[in-house]
Order: sequence, then structure tokens, then C-alpha cells
Amino acid sequence: MSTFEFLLQGLVSAAEPMNLFYALIGVTLGTMVGVLPGIGPATTVALLLPVTYQLDATGSLIMFAGIYYGGMYGGSTTSILLNTPGESASIVTALEGNKMARAGRGGPALATAAIGSFVAGLIATLALAFIAPYIVKLALVFGPREYFALMVLAFVTVSSAFGNSTLRGLTSLFIGLALSLVGIDQLTGQNRLSFGVPDLLDGIEVTTMAVAMFAIGETLFIAAQGAQAPDKIEAIKGSVWMTGQDWARSWKAWLRGTVIGFPIGAMPAGGAEIGTFLSYATEKKLSKHPEEFGNGAIEGVAGPEAANNASAAGTLVPLLTLGLPTSATAAIMLAGFQQYGLQPGPLLFATNPQLVWGLIASLLIANLMLLVLNLPLVGLWVKLLTIPKPWLYAGILVFATLGTIGANPSVFELGMLLVFGLVAYVMRVFDYPIAPVIVGLILGPLAEQQLRRALSISQGDVTVLFTSPIAAVLLLLAATALILPLVLRLRGRGDVLNQMAASED
Amino acid sequence: MKHFLLASFLAGAIALPAAAADYSIMAPAAPGGGWDQTARTMQNVLQQEKISKRVQVMNVPGAGGTIGIAQFASQQKGNANALMVGGYVMVGAILTNKSPVTLKDVTPIARLTGEYEVIVVPTSSDIKSIGDLITKLKADPGSVSWGGGSAGGTDHIGAGLIAKAAGVDPTKINYIAFSGGGEALAAILGSQVTAGISSYGEFESQIKSGTLRLLAISSAEKVAGIDAPTLKESGLDVVLQNWRMVAAAPGISDEQKKAVTADVEKLVKSASWQENLKTKGWMDTYLSGPAFDEQLAKDIASTETILKEIGLVK
Repeated sequence: MSTFEFLLQGLVSAAEPMNLFYALIGVTLGTMVGVLPGIGPATTVALLLPVTYQLDATGSLIMFAGIYYGGMYGGSTTSILLNTPGESASIVTALEGNKMARAGRGGPALATAAIGSFVAGLIATLALAFIAPYIVKLALVFGPREYFALMVLAFVTVSSAFGNSTLRGLTSLFIGLALSLVGIDQLTGQNRLSFGVPDLLDGIEVTTMAVAMFAIGETLFIAAQGAQAPDKIEAIKGSVWMTGQDWARSWKAWLRGTVIGFPIGAMPAGGAEIGTFLSYATEKKLSKHPEEFGNGAIEGVAGPEAANNASAAGTLVPLLTLGLPTSATAAIMLAGFQQYGLQPGPLLFATNPQLVWGLIASLLIANLMLLVLNLPLVGLWVKLLTIPKPWLYAGILVFATLGTIGANPSVFELGMLLVFGLVAYVMRVFDYPIAPVIVGLILGPLAEQQLRRALSISQGDVTVLFTSPIAAVLLLLAATALILPLVLRLRGRGDVLNQMAASED
Repeated sequence: MKHFLLASFLAGAIALPAAAADYSIMAPAAPGGGWDQTARTMQNVLQQEKISKRVQVMNVPGAGGTIGIAQFASQQKGNANALMVGGYVMVGAILTNKSPVTLKDVTPIARLTGEYEVIVVPTSSDIKSIGDLITKLKADPGSVSWGGGSAGGTDHIGAGLIAKAAGVDPTKINYIAFSGGGEALAAILGSQVTAGISSYGEFESQIKSGTLRLLAISSAEKVAGIDAPTLKESGLDVVLQNWRMVAAAPGISDEQKKAVTADVEKLVKSASWQENLKTKGWMDTYLSGPAFDEQLAKDIASTETILKEIGLVK
């Protein structure tokens, strides 16, 4: 049978009424856990594993697929409406999405996230089906030095998300980098900055930090303003749906987000967040409306949302082709496979084609169902913003606290949530951007570990960092991104000087 | 909508801990890893075999299980229904992290499963046998980079023991720690490191499909179905097993301990447990009572020695 026939067969079985029902349960659950910060898709799939013992392999895989894609999507809703990222991959979405929501454009923001996720999910799933074996070869070429170069590129490009003042942005970034040092050093097993507190041994949880910085900090900030704050956020201004201009500005961002997210998701040490960072930076660079970034630019929602869904599909590339789980959710799905006596790996495509194609088909169905489920809800979700402010922010606090306890039932974690909430409040008062702290916390350890691994493998020879072609290209890109704006600015000043000289004549 | 959502989340959050459970099992790791899978397999079998009516699993991830064990020892004291999964990695982590709470502060019940360590290289490597690898290691210990799991874990200890048995200074080994077997596997397949060391299960499908070459296994005798010499046969006196265990809470009475041990024995002897071991590729290494306590003390002592020799524990 050819690839296409397998896929068609998979689609037929995934479209059976019972399987559609499982898909519906999956995407609904997935969206819900995506919305609740802290409880991720991994935990949900783990909780559901025993339930799925009763189902056949196809049914349970369809449900997992729904949860997986649903979780990636659900995180964006709270990011946009409440500035509370449910997952670390939707942190970037909060940057522009929440600004849009405040300006009465929450509807288009949610819509571009939903449609972008669908488009990216569709393309990436098809890519998973047809080019997975080639993508995985590319992913394996990436060793520590290539990853380090990728992190350098991410640092340089993401610095454009640092707001208007470079000094303040860098200050925030270094707070994040300092916090990222806390915990056991991966490479030597030694404790750093944990001050004998066992809860700090594993470092500072990114989602706790994100929820504290965004949700708690903002709640405190609003509460501190008291009666001075504007009474109500304008929930809807103009259409709830995307306008023609919104479409025109979104579609390219969706495609670019997909192209960035998918391969990075497929890399064993890539991760969904890096794709969203790079996508955001790319959109900002390429936008015709760069002045809107930071005030609610629709591309800044469309691109990263597409990127995180594409990378979710990308994660399945190493899982299906190598049996290599690169995220917690993928690890649980691997356990799910084993439950049916299947060993994902190089042989799976050959030995169990029906199952692989069944999974891919169910991902496509889940993707479609998410869109069907969520687009009509956009109007309802936006009404959230019409809730009176004291209620809304009290709700956010409950939400944030519950999510944190849900992920890690510890008093210390809760204390950390409040302390970092206070830190975020102070930063807001003094106009320091929040996002770079999270960027530093995520990228810092990755960059450090990969650099040290690369140098350890080469026994201290620094030149290896530049001698791999991929690493060299990535570093060159980073250097260009760093130097080009400086050169342009210099030339700009030259023009101004010339003009001044000319006007004196 | 929002009220409904919040209410359902609240209900869900409250319902979980309130449910009457015969046993609650703590997996001191994130969902997906070996301990989590052990805990969840126990959960299923305990319920299927009607040994326990309701079993719940909770994850307390982090730091090789030392965060989980600290929480378990302090919060579950005297609770005969509380169990915790652990294993050899925890022995190492307690030592390297200088954890104030050790396995002495809980009530170890039994060893359940185990996996042997294997040493692999990518098929394209010019290293054809474990002898080739040792020759290279002896010539220049730094030139052999070992890819494996977290620092101070079973894989790291294995590399240290091999170096020591070959007469190479264990502090000189170039061990590259990855956050898990998966990431290490990618680095090995991509020829980023010289050799890989981890549990057989991590590499099984790659060995079978011919992308990795299996050099040796850390068992005492040849294992049926695995075509590789043991380290012992290759002249390296190393036997190492990554075992997993179950422990009960501290401060329980002797009768309670007996009851838990009896339940665990029923679990291990059940047909569905044995079937689960087969599908997961785990070996049955069941050992309980004084024999287990003795073995545990031995393992802790030898681990401390090798970790000191590698230089991870001062």
C-alpha cells in the first residue's frame, strides 16, 4: 500500500463515530488543561492512561492526540485574555495577544491563534507523515555546538522583544539568567544557589515563574492603582471576527511560524518555546507595522501560535522514527504505545503502518475538531473581559494559585509564586519589561549546558564552536542580526549629519 | 462559562485528594520516566488483582528523587497506606546532593525490577568491540566521551566503574550528562559522543534496527536474547544493575510493614505484573525482607566509594 492509501485508511477509521467521540473528549480535556496553568498535557495523558486500558489502541491514541494538540491550543486563550500563560510555549502569545485584548481586539487575537494553530497543525502533521525520516536526519546532525549556536541566535534575535530601553531589557534578562543558575548543575550534579532548601534543588519552575510574573504581578499592579485605574476594559471594539486586514497580516505569519516551529520541535533538545521566541522576533523584523509591536500586533500572536503547534507535531518526529521521546507528553505517549506492545522506533513505520497512519490521521481530525470547537467559543471567551474587575482579578488569582498547587503540591512553590509576583509588581512600577526574565530562565540553562557539553567533548578546544558548518551559519546569522541594525543606525546618523551640513549651506 | 469552568476545576482539584484510596504511591519524578511508569504499573496491577480497591499516583519531580523522598518522609510519617517508588539512581542522588533525608528515613519494602546497563557506539564508529574502546580509553581517557543520563546516576557510575576496572583514573573520564536517556540517544546516534551508556531498554530498538552497535552488557552472566559479551567476560570486573524499589513511610509498626510486604508480594507474583514486565522489558529482581536490607546497605556503600573515586562526592 502506498503512503496515501494508508493515510486514507487511517482517516476512515478515525472518522468512525466512536473515534470522533474520543477525539472530542480529547480536545475538550486538552483545551481545559491547557487553560489551567501548571497542569500540562503530560499530567493529563498520564492520568488518563489507566482509563484507556479499556479502549482499543486507535481509540486511546486518538484521545491522546486530542489532548496533545488541545493543550497547545488552550494555553493561548488565557495568555490572550488574562495575561496568564497556561504553558511555557504560550508565554510569547501573551506579549501581543493581551495588548490586543485590552484594546478590544480579543476576538481577532483568539481567532488568529485558533486558525493559525489549525494551519500550522495541518501542515506540520502532513510534514510528519511525508518527510519525517528526512527531518530526523537533520535533527541528529545537531550536537551540542550546533545547539549552542542556535541559542546564541535566539538570544540575539529575541532581544528585540525587550521593549524600548535596551538597558532595562538587559537588566531583566540578567535577572532571569541569575535565577536560571539555581538548582543542581546538570553536568556535574553539584548544587548551585540552593541554600540548603530542597525545593530549590531542581531549579525554578518556568511555569510558576511565568504565572507569577504575568498574572500575580499584574493583579497587584491593578490593585495598587485602586480607583485611579480605568474602570473597565473595553471588551469588544469593532468586529469580534478577523477583518480582511487581519487576514492579510496573519497568513504569512502562520506559514513562517510553521516553518520555524516544526524543525525546532523535531530536534531532540529544541523545545516549543525557542520556536515561539524566534517566530516572534522574525515577525517583528519583517512587519510593516513594527511600531505596533508591544501595543498589540496581530502578527505577534499569529506567528508564535503557529510555531508552538507546529513544534508539537515536530516532537512526534523523533518519537515515531527513533522511539525517542523529547517532551514529557511524548514520553507518556511512548508508555501508551508500549501498553499495546508496540515499540516506537526505526521499525515502527515498517511493522505497524496502520497504527502510525491511524495516529497521523487522528492528529488531523483532532486539529479540525479544535477549530470547530473553539471558533464559535471566541465570542463567549471575549465576554470574560466584561466581568467587573475585582471579580476578574480575584478569579485570576484563584486560577493561578490552583494551577501552581496542581502542578507541584508544595508550600514553598506557592511562596515562590507570591514572592516573584511581588518582584514583578516592582518591575512593572519601575517600567522594567517582564518577558526577558522568562526568556533568560528558559534559554540560560540550555545555552550553558550545550556550551559546556561542546567544550567537554572537544576537551577544551574552543574552535569546535565555529568549525561545524551549521554552527558557523547560525553564528553568522546571529552576528548579522546584531551588527546590521548598528550599521544601519550609523548610516542613518550619517544621513542626518549630511542633511545638517547641507542645510547650513 | 467561566463559573462553570472554575467550578469544574475546583471540583476536580478537590475530588482527587478526597477520594478514599487504599494506597497512594508517590513517583518522585516527572510523568513518563521509569519511576513514574513503575508507580503507574503498580497502580494498575494492584487494582486489577483487587489487592487494593483504589490506588492513586502522585508525581513529585526533581533532583533524582531527593525532593520526593524529603516530602515523603516528613508528610507521610506513620501512614501505612503511603508508598514511594525509588531506585538505584536515588542512592546516587542522595549522596551527590548531600540530601538530609536518606533511605534510612523511610521503610524500604522490596526491590521490584531491574535493567542492566549496556555500552553502545554508532554503527559507523571504528570501535568494533569493548576491547577497542578500552584501548582508546587507556591511551587517552579524555578522548572517549561517554553520553548518558544525569550526573551521578547509574550511567555515570557505570562509566566510572569501567574506567576503574580497566586501570584508568576514574576522575579522568569525560562523561557528558544529558537530561535523559532520550537526549543522550540523539547525541550517540549523531556521533556527537564516542560511546553511550544506559539501560538496555533505552537503546533496544536502535540495536535491533542496526543503527547502534552493542559492545557489552553489565550483567553477571549472558542474558538470553541479548547478543553481547558481559563486561566480566571482557576482563572488566563490573556488574551493575539499575534497580527499582518500593518503600513505605517511616514510623509504621512491624505489623503494618508485614501487611505492606505481603501486598507487594501478591503484586509481584500476579500474572498481570509478570506480563507488564515482559512488555516493558524489565527484569524481575524481586527481593524483600532482611535479604533486601542487606543488599541495599551493600549497594549504598559501594556507590559511595565509586562516587568518591569519580570525584562527585567529597
